Amino acid sequence: MIDRRIRVVVAKPGLDGHDRGAKIVARALRDAGMEVIYTGLRQTPEQITNAAVQEDVDVVGISILSGAHNTIVPRICQFLRDAGMQEVLVIVGGIVPDEDIPKLKEAGVSAVFQPGASTQEIVDFILTHVKQTE
Amino acid sequence: MAKRVNPDKRNSGALEERQAKFTTLSGVPVEPLYTEDDLKDFTYQRDLGDPGEFPYTRGIHRTMYRGKLWTMRQFSGFGSPEDTNQRLHYLLKQGQTGLSIAFDLPTLMGYDSDHPLAEGEVGKCGVAVSSLADMETLLAGLPLERVTTSMTINSPAAMIWAMYLVSAEKSGANRKHISGTIQNDILKEYIAQKEYIFPPAPSMRLVVDSITFSARETPRWNPISISGYHIREAGSTAVQELAFTLRDGIEYVDWVRKAGLDVDDFAPRLSFFFNSHNDLFEEIAKFRAARKIWATVMRNRYAAKNPRSWICRFHTQTAGCSLTAQQPYNNVVRTAIQALAGVLGGTQSLHTNSLDEAWALPTEHAVTIALRTQQVIAHESGVANMADPLGGSYFLERLTLDTERACYEYFDKIDGLGGMVSAIEKGFPQKEIHEAAYAYQRAVENREKIIVGVNDFVTEEERPVDILVIDEGVARRQREKLAGLREKRDNARVRQTLEALGAAAATDQNLMPFILESVRTYATLGEMCDVLRKVFGTYEEPAFR
Repeated sequence: MIDRRIRVVVAKPGLDGHDRGAKIVARALRDAGMEVIYTGLRQTPEQITNAAVQEDVDVVGISILSGAHNTIVPRICQFLRDAGMQEVLVIVGGIVPDEDIPKLKEAGVSAVFQPGASTQEIVDFILTHVKQTE
Repeated sequence: MAKRVNPDKRNSGALEERQAKFTTLSGVPVEPLYTEDDLKDFTYQRDLGDPGEFPYTRGIHRTMYRGKLWTMRQFSGFGSPEDTNQRLHYLLKQGQTGLSIAFDLPTLMGYDSDHPLAEGEVGKCGVAVSSLADMETLLAGLPLERVTTSMTINSPAAMIWAMYLVSAEKSGANRKHISGTIQNDILKEYIAQKEYIFPPAPSMRLVVDSITFSARETPRWNPISISGYHIREAGSTAVQELAFTLRDGIEYVDWVRKAGLDVDDFAPRLSFFFNSHNDLFEEIAKFRAARKIWATVMRNRYAAKNPRSWICRFHTQTAGCSLTAQQPYNNVVRTAIQALAGVLGGTQSLHTNSLDEAWALPTEHAVTIALRTQQVIAHESGVANMADPLGGSYFLERLTLDTERACYEYFDKIDGLGGMVSAIEKGFPQKEIHEAAYAYQRAVENREKIIVGVNDFVTEEERPVDILVIDEGVARRQREKLAGLREKRDNARVRQTLEALGAAAATDQNLMPFILESVRTYATLGEMCDVLRKVFGTYEEPAFR
């Protein structure tokens, strides 16, 4: 039995302002019954980690379309671990070529959703993989 | 013999049809057939006019492409200024007729390549330009008095334009003769693309300053390209793209007039930029309505007297958001249809996207196919042999009239909110676009809208295309170049010009001369923007739910 709603932070790191995808995913997760905090644009890895800690989230969803994912995403994963949030589910959406996915997974990302992914796939993935804290 | 559908049986045949409802890509209902009965409110003289005549629905020139083809202008920029310079030379050699430069995200946000926030982003989405030295490298060997150059730059447009002007001047080109465009459309940044630095009022002041300066100093330059492209990419409908873009245009006209210019002193140099998506007729109707509405607004709302002030000249780019990562070669076909819409809609210049752009910036091979697509339309399809070949189509004329009406309804709403700056501060266009984007996503997920290779006709496959990878060495070399520059320039002069810029920013003087002076001393983009950040402050979008 889930005693509270799944909490998700949807984050836009880097300088990229394309927020169509992040906002659609945020809304689809809300429609699926999750509690969603959208960080707004151009958040640093530190700010995203702080938001995840303060909001005590189960999932961190990172949207990035600029090509800077190899630099930014591993840093967020590291900061989350440093903050004791190793249980949090980290997922990434955006323009991430196949060859970059293994490195991101090694860094701690559970799934990467590429262009054309449906919001239903993302919802299903979260529901089957989230580890909710007591 | 084909069976004629009885127009009286419209919408009664749902059971015999393959879908419950037929709509355009933007969700506008489409009837089974259009006849003269659909055009009872239509007259040739009022609604169309001949090409080259008010209200320009059929095109801005009498002979259209019989006189001169559209400019084939592929947007290009990646890596270092050296990398992009090489690509620009290659494109000119392939028969491209105009240049168009894309800048990387740090440059778009007014940060130098060595700023901490630039880490991982240098040269990725465009070329890195931090100073006049980079601009000189970028433009090396290009015939600046013969080609026209378009630069996609907004918040720091005044600074990048100043770098272009100084580079051109140093290469011996006359400021009065060079021609090109800076995008410089800050309103659509707040609405859609979100690459803003300063709050709306000081941002608008920079736009007004550059338009005013251009009217005096660079008579052949387009100091703004009022853009719907990004609004559409953010998920708007065709009507929203048109309405928000033209209403942005009205806002700029209002602000420049308030600064003391007569409308006919600057309106002839205003230019526009639209998206061309998959729905052929919807797009053509949008382009035709754009010309008609702008001409009417300029003549009636502003009493502009110069016919050149009435003309909506525009660039078109095929829809990046329509490209699929799956089965990428299908993108060549999508782009061809979209490019055809742009040409049938009477565009002045065109960028065709490359097949690999759902994954990365295009390779040279992919961008060549995209350019060839335009050349096939221009020289083989026959559609460039007469003006407005679809004029008079019952369906197209109905759609053009309906698009026009829906656009004016948005104008009324935005006027009611106190104008576009005020509507943006209230989140109105942002919310409208988000609603449309979400509705479209639902329609795709419910398979009411089919995307070939994505939600139907799916194949399990290996991705067959090679993509362009920007090596991380670009960032390192940019940092080294900047360190060298900061050491070797006359730093006392740099400080002096930057202080003068800051002091002028606090008054209402035109900032262009001060920016030009700073650029000449090799002050960097980041340094100039930092000075203005101190005076103007920065902007953060309020959270809209």
